[in-house]
Amino acid sequence: MNLNEAKLQFVTSQGDDALILSHRVTEWCGHGPELEEDIALSNIGLDLLGQAQSLLNYAGELEGKGRNADDMAYKRIEREFKNLLLVEQPNGNYADTIAKHFFYDVYHYFLLLDLKNSSDEFLRGFAEKSIKEVAYHLRHTSQWVIRFGDGTEESHEKIQTAINQIWKYTGEMFMKDEISDFLEKEGVIPNIDALKAKWEGKVREVLNESTLKYPETTFMAKGGRDGIHSENLGYMLTDMQYLVRTYPDAKWD
Amino acid sequence: MEENQLLEKFQEKVDAEIKVEPKDWMPEKYRKTLIRQISQHAHSEVVGMLPEANWLTRAPSLRRKMILLAKIQDEAGHGLYLYSAAETLGVDRQELVEELLSGKAKYSSIFNYPTLTWADIGAVGWLVDGAAIMNQVMLTRTSYGPYSRAMVRICKEESFHQRQGFEIVATLAKGTPEQKEMAQDALNRWWWPSLMMFGPRDDNSPNTAQSMKWKIKRKTNDELREEFIDRTVQQAEAIGLTVPDKDLKWNEERGHYDHGEINWDEFYNVIQGNGPCNQERMKARRDAYDNGRWVREAAKAYAAKRAAKAA
Repeated sequence: MNLNEAKLQFVTSQGDDALILSHRVTEWCGHGPELEEDIALSNIGLDLLGQAQSLLNYAGELEGKGRNADDMAYKRIEREFKNLLLVEQPNGNYADTIAKHFFYDVYHYFLLLDLKNSSDEFLRGFAEKSIKEVAYHLRHTSQWVIRFGDGTEESHEKIQTAINQIWKYTGEMFMKDEISDFLEKEGVIPNIDALKAKWEGKVREVLNESTLKYPETTFMAKGGRDGIHSENLGYMLTDMQYLVRTYPDAKWD
Repeated sequence: MEENQLLEKFQEKVDAEIKVEPKDWMPEKYRKTLIRQISQHAHSEVVGMLPEANWLTRAPSLRRKMILLAKIQDEAGHGLYLYSAAETLGVDRQELVEELLSGKAKYSSIFNYPTLTWADIGAVGWLVDGAAIMNQVMLTRTSYGPYSRAMVRICKEESFHQRQGFEIVATLAKGTPEQKEMAQDALNRWWWPSLMMFGPRDDNSPNTAQSMKWKIKRKTNDELREEFIDRTVQQAEAIGLTVPDKDLKWNEERGHYDHGEINWDEFYNVIQGNGPCNQERMKARRDAYDNGRWVREAAKAYAAKRAAKAA
């Protein structure tokens, strides 16, 4: 396998995670449970969008066909998107959103922590910059998981239900294939099993503090990383790409 | 001291351009006027997030999407500072929000118009924020200290909003024929509602005189409207768009543009709840409030448990 191609797969999948999750965040804008949360979510959305832009620009460079982040975001079709199924799940209620972000944030945080030592120069710099943002995301969502778990009966029940429902989408973060094996061998990405262990440790710690149950289910859905998505993604892309596709000759800057 | 002596002292202070601060004596009507005005302003920031958020998922580039999200985030922030400024007058945010949701308190009617195309996002920044700035710059010199200071902060961000809106429209105006048409169409639909933002004509604005005397306002509705027209017409010409007013004409003698009559029936209709999106905007705010109730309750319950443990 070619190192460049393997990196392209990984960088695209990470860029797509950030892009698609930021899209879901923007759907909350103006509808959050409190003005302070609207502000916090916008912060998170802006961080994710910035990260998506850097990663997808880099993906365009690796690909070598002269495409930039906007081309990657606005001109690919569903099957070419490599984001996790987790991040495309609908927002649901605030507990659903928090549970989705929390699981992603823990993964994102530990992944970036390791990417600071990647053999890839871009990824090292990217991780160095993004880790500060993601540390805040993780703080924000873990605090909400704890507040909900140890808040009222209603909030406890809502967050536990949300966690149980979204749980099956968490396994995809740690699925291994020949690309991940190769990238790990090349020192580009960390060992996936070690990453998974850190993730489980942190999730257990937060759920424990929240008086919530760690789900027992072992079945895990997959497909996103291979471009096989849920029905949700098509609608999101239809929205996102509407103007660019309707007016192919137009420039929007 | 007698009420009228206090009133006299108050007026002297205002005339001497000394800011009124929360703990100072103030006439009840001054306090009430400010609470109404500041809270309306706060509500407008919050409701104003909705028509713009309508295009967030459809913004045509990552850069545009980031700018728009940052702008809407600023508006949420402005809402917060303004609620805080209102709270210095002895009301709380919860009360004010409930007045909005019950329909008792108003917000700027402009946000009852729909954003139908991407060009509307440009028009909202250029015209709506542009009109709001005229008022807000004036309010940086308003007599009530906390309001004036909140305005200084807000104005810095608003001028960025206005520029980004103008830049969107300018980009469209020099784009493909369809883009230019989209820009002109947005100007056609937003021009008159933007002029209405300054409120009724001076000869039909009963509260203006008292507000001017107390230096809450420093310019009349018509003066501000005129400044806005003078500035905006030139901007439209610079990017090759036409302001949709056949009576618009430069008046050499006055040094201002003369303009056609505003449709005041439409103005009062929208205020009374019959604008294109009044119901949708209020429903969105009520839903956010109702759906967020358990979240706020959880946060409160958790904080109480923590406090009990610490004690």
